[in-house]
Amino acid sequence: MRKAAEVSTRRFSSIILIVIIVVLALSLAALYQAYELFVLNDPNMGYYLLIGIIGLALSTYMLFQTRRQIRKFTLKSPPIVTTIICPECNFKNIRNFERGDYILKELGQCTKCKGKMMISAIYREVKEKVKEEKVFT
Amino acid sequence: MIQLETLPAALFPGQDSLSWIFQVIFTLLFIVFVFYGQRIQMYIMVREIQGSLLRLKYIRDEGRKIAIATIKEIGKPEADPAERVNQFLEYITIPPESMDPAGVVWKLEHILDVRENRFKDEVKLMAPAADKTDINNLENTLEAAAALNLIYKVIRHFYILGKKTLSLYIIMQIQMILPLIMREAEAYASALKAFSYGQPIGDGAGALVAAKLMHGHRKRKIEKDCVVAKVPLESRTAYVIKAEGPGGNVGKPGEAIKRVVEENKGKISTIIMIDAQLKLEGEKPGEVVEGVGAAIGGPGIEQYKIEDSILKYKIPINAVAIKEDIGDAVSPMRKEIFDATEVAVGLVKRAIKEKTKEGDTVIIAGIGNSIGVGQ
Repeated sequence: MRKAAEVSTRRFSSIILIVIIVVLALSLAALYQAYELFVLNDPNMGYYLLIGIIGLALSTYMLFQTRRQIRKFTLKSPPIVTTIICPECNFKNIRNFERGDYILKELGQCTKCKGKMMISAIYREVKEKVKEEKVFT
Repeated sequence: MIQLETLPAALFPGQDSLSWIFQVIFTLLFIVFVFYGQRIQMYIMVREIQGSLLRLKYIRDEGRKIAIATIKEIGKPEADPAERVNQFLEYITIPPESMDPAGVVWKLEHILDVRENRFKDEVKLMAPAADKTDINNLENTLEAAAALNLIYKVIRHFYILGKKTLSLYIIMQIQMILPLIMREAEAYASALKAFSYGQPIGDGAGALVAAKLMHGHRKRKIEKDCVVAKVPLESRTAYVIKAEGPGGNVGKPGEAIKRVVEENKGKISTIIMIDAQLKLEGEKPGEVVEGVGAAIGGPGIEQYKIEDSILKYKIPINAVAIKEDIGDAVSPMRKEIFDATEVAVGLVKRAIKEKTKEGDTVIIAGIGNSIGVGQ
């Protein structure tokens, strides 16, 4: 029941790509300048280093965004369980849901006491991902 | 004070060409953000909507595929049902005019009846081999697919309109409610799978409570798609009502309650209604609460009928609500909600003992979609 599809989500224009490349080149130049000033023991080195790192981070991030053209979408369906019980001897059987199952459906004979088996529950178990808000309970 | 000849140096400080370049870039960026800041913000929003729209399109297409596959599997049609499914997804229902509100409830009921009959006829034509339960489930599946189609089209409308008019406010209003819309769409996607497999859903919690109370007792059909059983409960006589299962169906519980009240000439000590209720964030799913009033959702027709008949005989009405969010309401029933039905049964019994005397007659109505719930 789990399906996945690949959908193209975004396309970047060539102008944006040029901008990214220019920013990248300038960042590298700033880093080089920072190195030169570091050799000369110039206190202005810090500014160039900061500008270079910020520019490099920004342009790299945007460049990776352009590479992320394929994104996976999924429609997940959680496992559904069916609980079958024998009301007479309380024999319990839990299995995966099958088409045609419904709550209070009478099934065949109980293997233990020959009583009538019945579907008593159909449900899915959810594991909460989000942390519960403990403060505002 | 800065001299005029030193102004360029103040604006573009630094001795080397690199600092000039940076200063120019920062100045340009400043100017760009001053004049085009709003437009840049709008493009970011448009991109966000575009991403969600693609996801909605995928969900919509998957929904359509699931509906067609289920029809083919269950209905065994001779011809390909794809064309009919496409037409079904585009059906419209025009609500009655309410300028003169007198009688609008009955007009709306009539329109909804016509719609339901039309849907059922369409499903029968699409799936000739389907039995009554399958027809109800297929109708629900197609309705969920139609809801997804509508959500997709509305968001697409605002997306295109926003891009055409370049109006920040059109884009902004859709971008702001987008997370809620996506949650609803994902809930419908889960519902679609549940309906196609005939699995009980969270909304059926009320119907499940009634099913547990009436199980093992003689049932008879009453009004449209509802069943009633006369159950001895805590030394009282309880008429337990629910929509007929296990097919996807909500029935007309309002009409059924009205009929039972009339059959007993209004001699009903109390009515207890059990239904799923949308929870607020922070509340636990499966929390069971009590109250008064007609616990029933939908367009309001059934609620109107119940309130009308209890007013005539001054019958007290109590409510038991099982909390869940929109996603849980239309997805396969989660364990917490299933467990809550047992708690609700206990509360119903307690309410009967506390609010009525031995020998009294009560009505217990389990409201909700009876998909995957027998009786």
